[in-house]
Amino acid sequence: MSLFKQITDKPWERKGIIGGLKPEGTFKSPAERVALNFFLVAASIVFSLFGVSYYIRMELPDWLPIAEPTSLWFNTGLLVLSSVLFQWARNVVGNGGSKNVKLAFFGGGVFAILFIAAQLQTWEELQLAGVYLSSNPAADFYFLLTGLHAIHIAGGLYVWIKCVFRMVTGAEAKEQRLSIELCTVYWHFLLVVWLVIFAVVANT
Amino acid sequence: MAYVPLADQDHEQELHHPHSWVEKYVWSQDHKVIAIQYGGTAVLVGLVALVLSLLMRMQLGFPETFDLIDPNAYYQSVTMHGMIMVVYMLTALLLGGFGNYMIPLMIGARDMVFPFLNMLSFWFYLLSVLILLASFFVGGGPTGAGWTLYPPQTSMAGTPGHDMGIVLMLVSLAVFIVAFTMGGLNYVTTILQYRTRGMTLMRLPLTVWGIFVATVLGLFAFPALLVSAIMMMFDTLLGTSFFMPAIIESGTPMDYEGGSPILFQHLFWFFGHPEVYIVALPAFGLVSDVLSTHARKNIFGYRMMVWAIIAIGGLSFIVWAHHMYVSGMNPYFGFFFATTTLIIAVPTALKVYNWVLTLWEGDIRLNAPMYFAIGFIFTFIHGGLTGLFLGNVVIDLPLSDTYFVVAHFHMVMGVSPVLVIFAAIYHWFPKVSGRMYHEGLAKAHFWITFLGTYAIYLPMHYLGFLGVPRRYYAIGETDFIPASAQTLNESITIAALIVGAAQLIFIFNILWSLRNGAKADPNPWGSASLEWQTPDTPPVHGNWGDKLPTVYRWAYDYSVPGAKSDFIPQNMAEEDVEMEDSAAKGA
Repeated sequence: MSLFKQITDKPWERKGIIGGLKPEGTFKSPAERVALNFFLVAASIVFSLFGVSYYIRMELPDWLPIAEPTSLWFNTGLLVLSSVLFQWARNVVGNGGSKNVKLAFFGGGVFAILFIAAQLQTWEELQLAGVYLSSNPAADFYFLLTGLHAIHIAGGLYVWIKCVFRMVTGAEAKEQRLSIELCTVYWHFLLVVWLVIFAVVANT
Repeated sequence: MAYVPLADQDHEQELHHPHSWVEKYVWSQDHKVIAIQYGGTAVLVGLVALVLSLLMRMQLGFPETFDLIDPNAYYQSVTMHGMIMVVYMLTALLLGGFGNYMIPLMIGARDMVFPFLNMLSFWFYLLSVLILLASFFVGGGPTGAGWTLYPPQTSMAGTPGHDMGIVLMLVSLAVFIVAFTMGGLNYVTTILQYRTRGMTLMRLPLTVWGIFVATVLGLFAFPALLVSAIMMMFDTLLGTSFFMPAIIESGTPMDYEGGSPILFQHLFWFFGHPEVYIVALPAFGLVSDVLSTHARKNIFGYRMMVWAIIAIGGLSFIVWAHHMYVSGMNPYFGFFFATTTLIIAVPTALKVYNWVLTLWEGDIRLNAPMYFAIGFIFTFIHGGLTGLFLGNVVIDLPLSDTYFVVAHFHMVMGVSPVLVIFAAIYHWFPKVSGRMYHEGLAKAHFWITFLGTYAIYLPMHYLGFLGVPRRYYAIGETDFIPASAQTLNESITIAALIVGAAQLIFIFNILWSLRNGAKADPNPWGSASLEWQTPDTPPVHGNWGDKLPTVYRWAYDYSVPGAKSDFIPQNMAEEDVEMEDSAAKGA
């Protein structure tokens, strides 16, 4: 039964296990995926509201745009690679295979760690160039947004580490299919968030 | 990969079985224990907030007689009372308490989807409460910036708690949001994924619908509070200027420039208005079930009630700036927000009509829960009607920041949900504890609370019309407020003290009945919804024994024509329903 049909149903007219209704829950996705989807919406709202605040704050006269460091292109490359590797692992495991899954999944996380390290390096560069927290609002937002984004990646890495640990201690890659899928979705989400942050910083 | 059909797994829903007393009652992963932990903490912290309000009332009613608090303590009490009641008491009690207890039982599940996360949710909540209360004991005390925490005054020397107090408040809120998110993800996922066989969305009791939509609102609205708390924390601790404008403090320019206080207000109310409905929607749901059960009638317009909950939830995100009419905005914005505010009255009024029509020609049983539920209809209508005044820009401008506003929001989102909470506690007490409460004490509690509420808040509307400003430690002498206003203030204070004291009756009744109450039937009200059909009362770990229930009908089959019993439980198949002889013959 479609969602629309469900919420337009007249429950007082229907008794018994109603016609055509399968015994399972309406939404076949695993619970973890449903929870992740809700979390992604909530996280999107957090980043969007920071985005709105960014544009509102930008209108005020003391705003001095920062020159975005060129190293951000390199950092972006690392995060793209990370996402690509996760997608690779997901594709293989989704097709029932297991070849190179562990390698790709492991690599995906490593590139994410490298991304965080590279972002920290960029922070250093900026501070050497005199752009630091509370120096001006554009810089404040830069550090805030990149920091928050890195914290979200770190949260993902926690799940990733747990999954890697299970694989190292003998779990088959196939058994980790759901974890791999959800990590991939989450990484793509964070890649998109990063691309938007990068675009906003670069264009303002 | 074939996922196991969730509702078809009597045994597959893995349960964490406790092995020790500590695992069972302290680090518990059972939704019922967590619910009671949440509820108990919320009630305790609510009592702190109640005492704070009484301190404020003593000051306002008898400023010369009692010298209990100074102006700083008054502002701190205002702030802590508001924040505790809205976030740490109502939100936690309705979602953490009732949400946790009701969801799995009402949808026919053994527990929440993620029991461990659920446990973490409570402990994070407790941590947030402790951090908040710790601010009473730090130098400078808790913040006195008002529960809205508007910058710049939150961080300025004239505001009590401008150093540690505000930091602890913001940290506590952030921890609370983490706790809520963990709990909230659990509630929505459990409702969507763990419904038992036959429990379609439109067979869910309205309690579950209210909690579901309120949780979704929470998941989408608390981020705004988080965002504003983070930026304000940066401003306070790290010297950024997100919200703090260039400002002079005691003759010295502060180290800020260019921030936007209005931006904070927008973010705060983008959370703050949905928050009203985060509190109201679960209350709407609970009261619908209490009314229907004790009126022995199906809820009137079930589908409309569901859609109204969804519509109110959606609309609640586009009305926030009606809290900011006096902050200044483009007149077209004001027009837009006034319009959306008035539109939200439509689904809300629809719900009120449906509650009243549920009572119409019902076989009403005036038990204590029903007293409170009907009392709620009164207070909610009164609070709702004054909302129509304040939703209009031109009427709001003179009334803003007067006692009219205080009266309005206390009626609509203070007293009303609290009456529902009492109704719900009395209604479900027999299932939760296995014992009956004392009916006489409960009714005494109702009458004092209900009439006392009116004695407190009706005169406040009048004070508001006179122009008595809110948030003032003492009114002093003015040209426009007559001296008789003080007499009203005295009577309000006396009523508030009586109502405050009457809550001891409730606490005594609950504690006394836990030990000495008469043994309760498994289903003393003859309720049709699933939580009353558990094999054990109180329900044991795992809720349903060997087999999950199967649902054959909606939760409101009361007084079904021809049926022998005046209710048919949700898990009773059509062929098991006993019909009256004449009806059987007729058929």
